[in-house]
Amino acid sequence: MSETTTSKSASAEINQGLSSADKLELYRQMMRIRRFEERSLRAYQAKKIGGFLHLYIGQEAVAVGCCSLMGEHDHVITAYRDHGHAIAVGMDTKPLMAELYGKITGCSKGKGGSMHYFDPSNNFWGGHGIVGGQIPLGVGLAYGVKYQGHKGSAMAFMGDGAVNQGAVHEAMNLAALWDLPCVFVIENNRYSMGTSQIRSTAGPGLAERALGYGMHWEKCFGHDVYEVREIMNKVLTLAREEHKPSVVEIDTYRYRGHSVADPDKTYRTREEIDEYRKNKDPLIIFQHQLTEEGVLSEESQQEIDQAARAEADAAAEFAESSPFPTEADIQKHVYWEADHPDQRTSQGRLFFS
Amino acid sequence: MSELTYREAVRAALAEEIERDQNVVLLGEEVAQFNGAYKVSEGLLDKFGPDRIVDTPISEAGFIGMGVGASMLGVRPVMELMFWSFYSVAFDQILNNAANVRYMSGGLINCPIVIRGPANGGTNVGATHSHTPENVLANHPGVKVVVPATPADAKGLLKSSIRDNDPVMYLENTLLYGIKGEVPDEADFLIPLGSADVKRAGTDLTIVTYGRCVLHSLAAAETIAKEDGAEIEVVDLRTIRPLDIDTVIKSVTKTNRVLIVEEQKPFASVGAQVAFMIQEEAFDHLDAPITRVTTIDAPAIYSPPVETEQLPNVDRVLAAARRALKA
Ligand SMILES: Cc1ncc(C[n+]2csc(CCOP(=O)(O)OP(=O)(O)O)c2C)c(N)n1
Ligand SMILES: [Mg+2]
Repeated sequence: MSETTTSKSASAEINQGLSSADKLELYRQMMRIRRFEERSLRAYQAKKIGGFLHLYIGQEAVAVGCCSLMGEHDHVITAYRDHGHAIAVGMDTKPLMAELYGKITGCSKGKGGSMHYFDPSNNFWGGHGIVGGQIPLGVGLAYGVKYQGHKGSAMAFMGDGAVNQGAVHEAMNLAALWDLPCVFVIENNRYSMGTSQIRSTAGPGLAERALGYGMHWEKCFGHDVYEVREIMNKVLTLAREEHKPSVVEIDTYRYRGHSVADPDKTYRTREEIDEYRKNKDPLIIFQHQLTEEGVLSEESQQEIDQAARAEADAAAEFAESSPFPTEADIQKHVYWEADHPDQRTSQGRLFFS
Repeated sequence: MSELTYREAVRAALAEEIERDQNVVLLGEEVAQFNGAYKVSEGLLDKFGPDRIVDTPISEAGFIGMGVGASMLGVRPVMELMFWSFYSVAFDQILNNAANVRYMSGGLINCPIVIRGPANGGTNVGATHSHTPENVLANHPGVKVVVPATPADAKGLLKSSIRDNDPVMYLENTLLYGIKGEVPDEADFLIPLGSADVKRAGTDLTIVTYGRCVLHSLAAAETIAKEDGAEIEVVDLRTIRPLDIDTVIKSVTKTNRVLIVEEQKPFASVGAQVAFMIQEEAFDHLDAPITRVTTIDAPAIYSPPVETEQLPNVDRVLAAARRALKA
């Protein structure tokens, strides 16, 4: 390997502390996301999945890098491109795939679908379909962490398109005003659907919008998981130790269309995509890095890949063989009270059909 | 019992619940230092300090969304909207996020938030400040909707709302804030959501109503008792969702006539839903078609004397009740 492939963040303290097993785990997580996404695309093409499917392929180092830093009181919330984050926080891929298939064994019991994954037991608060709508909730998680007296944070992920939503700015102002431990993570994959950043967004950059709120900001090369960890560790420390919010703009790229319904022919070139695949693929970059470090052999690379493929297949089989919810399930999980009839305190009708 | 204004009753409920449960906080525009735009929260900052009583910037989407997020972690925020009319800028946070998060997570997350503030016309503040969105809110399974008419109801229902594990939309009325009534003092004075209240017993006509229209309906019923010799039963729904339709049906089976009185635009109003349910469940008990007094169907007019006529008022209720008694 030439010197240029070496991550300049490899020597950062937060990465120095990683054991070989930890490093392999980062690689494995990214591989599991990639293979899960590819498998779900096949399931979609086989008409097993309804609605939208927004794939995370190409962006794996972002979710894995960020979530690898989570402690007991660190929380995550994101938008609809949420499969990578769900896997990175530790969710099992079987219920994730089953959710795509609309099965009762899905993580949201078939009620949320691809865009609405949740797992509070892993501090994962969704999975949200309205662009930017999750960001005030993320600030609320940060408020909750601080109010309850914990040392922690909330990472509120959004795309580059979401920075133009009003709710995002209201939320940023609140976080800065009240010193809430929220990290606004902008995954800048350069496009919001088919609209490139320059066609949608004024100003010098996305992270720079933090300046208006007097907030700390950073930019980050999101194809290198080490760099993601280095930068994110810095801002998470600020959040945990001083309750200071930050904005981090992470450069990344999606190889697939906006969703699988996007023919991907109108707003970018094939060459551009190929260039990213060849030179900036987060899995290849990290594979080279770990090979260079002597941590990853060709054999173990193959093993990790095979295991990830097998896991994705097993998830699909699990999803396939699981039952759908029934009509009786439609009205469950609407009200806490309706689901806990023995603890109900209200009276009257909750449902009108 | 104490004699309290509606405003003091809401304040007492807030103070008692903030005192009782460390997780309860009050946030909103001008709730702390300014003592509340309508003085509902007067004195609470002094009593509970700035961690529990929090002034927010004018960012309804931002701070209500923040409250929703905090409630997912177990905080129990009470969010004050200066006017419920401003819910429109936070619509996504309330009716996409708060209303749906439990459902879309398959029951893994709940959202014990209360959003409260006044929702009424009649104060000459024009169409932007006079919305009564209880029908819009109640159209969203996942939220509960409460509209108290009296000080006692205001207190007992707010305490229940704060203790509720689902998101509760609590709609007050600026024209009721100064009205006095007897209010129980007990710390555990709770009125269950979803229980209607027969505010006046009668045999000849049922008026189904809620909010400030309860007062108009009671006044009209007294006049009719004196002048016409007919006895009107006034059923105050108190909660729109859950809805105590049983109390309504029981009254209808007794009086066989129904007038609905509501400060709502008529199209797809709360009353429209109630009328549907009455005909579905008590059709054979009706001696005449169900009738309705609503807000006259237009944006809220400013012109003070005309706005009074646009809204349900005692004269309009009287006329409609007399027609309903004869029909
Ligand atoms: C309020 C709202 N407007 C529009 C949409 C439709 N929509 C979904 S994703 C998207 C593009 C968002 O792009 P970006 O924020 O960059 O995220 P990415 O898809 O690149 O991850 C649009 C327009 C939506 N879901 N919500
Ligand atoms: Mg984008």
